Amino acid sequence: MKDSPGLHLKTYIFLLFIVLFAPLGNVLLGKGMKTIGSARDWEPQELFNILLRILTSGYIWLGIACLLAFFVAYMLVLTWADYSYVQPASAFSYLVVAVLGLWLLGEKVNLLRWTGIAVICLGVFIVGHTHPRTTEKT
Amino acid sequence: MLESIFLFLIVAAGTGGELCVSHAMKTLGEVHDFRPSALLQFVWRAARVGWMWIGIGFMTLAFFSLLAMLSMENVSFVVPVTALSYAAGAIGATLFLREKVSTQRWLGVLVVCIGVTLVWLSRH
Repeated sequence: MKDSPGLHLKTYIFLLFIVLFAPLGNVLLGKGMKTIGSARDWEPQELFNILLRILTSGYIWLGIACLLAFFVAYMLVLTWADYSYVQPASAFSYLVVAVLGLWLLGEKVNLLRWTGIAVICLGVFIVGHTHPRTTEKT
Repeated sequence: MLESIFLFLIVAAGTGGELCVSHAMKTLGEVHDFRPSALLQFVWRAARVGWMWIGIGFMTLAFFSLLAMLSMENVSFVVPVTALSYAAGAIGATLFLREKVSTQRWLGVLVVCIGVTLVWLSRH
């Protein structure tokens, strides 16, 4: 198993892409879905109309573009790092999503939620001090 | 009730999809060349792996469940509660991907889950 500074640097750069693009994508999707609204009766005609509004929403497509960028970065990092490392390490996106939700959507984020996010970041810190790859290359 | 169903779909289908994609990526090997042409070639190779498409199917289901939940709740609530998949992911990585999840990494996942619980409680 190769343990080089390059491997860690490469991993951190791709994790940065992941924690930026995923929350931005989710915030844009949230903005789009709040504009569209939720189904009331869950009848086929109503669901079809909602699907049409989803497919014609600029916010939704921008969100999808951000999530695609996230997905590409995610796929690439998984070629050398463990899934069980990448998934918890990407939890910093909670901090970013709360900040973006507060800043762009005007959502109320209370003290308990900020505390929860801080605890999540602590978990990320613990996970970040484990080696990115614990299995041999195939 | 509906929110619980959507949360289950986001966690179960999302984690299942990620495990399938991760399995597909591991079969392709580590990426060293990041030029656009090489990346396109890599995406083409990935598209020919069956596990990739199964994973994309699961993730699509999770995506539409996420959209449904986002139409009901704030994004700063929805995204944190979906982190229930962290525990499912660590278990799945151990069982299906044969990754060696260390005690320290399990501890990190546990702390992340405690944080997620606090976020869940912040809703009320």
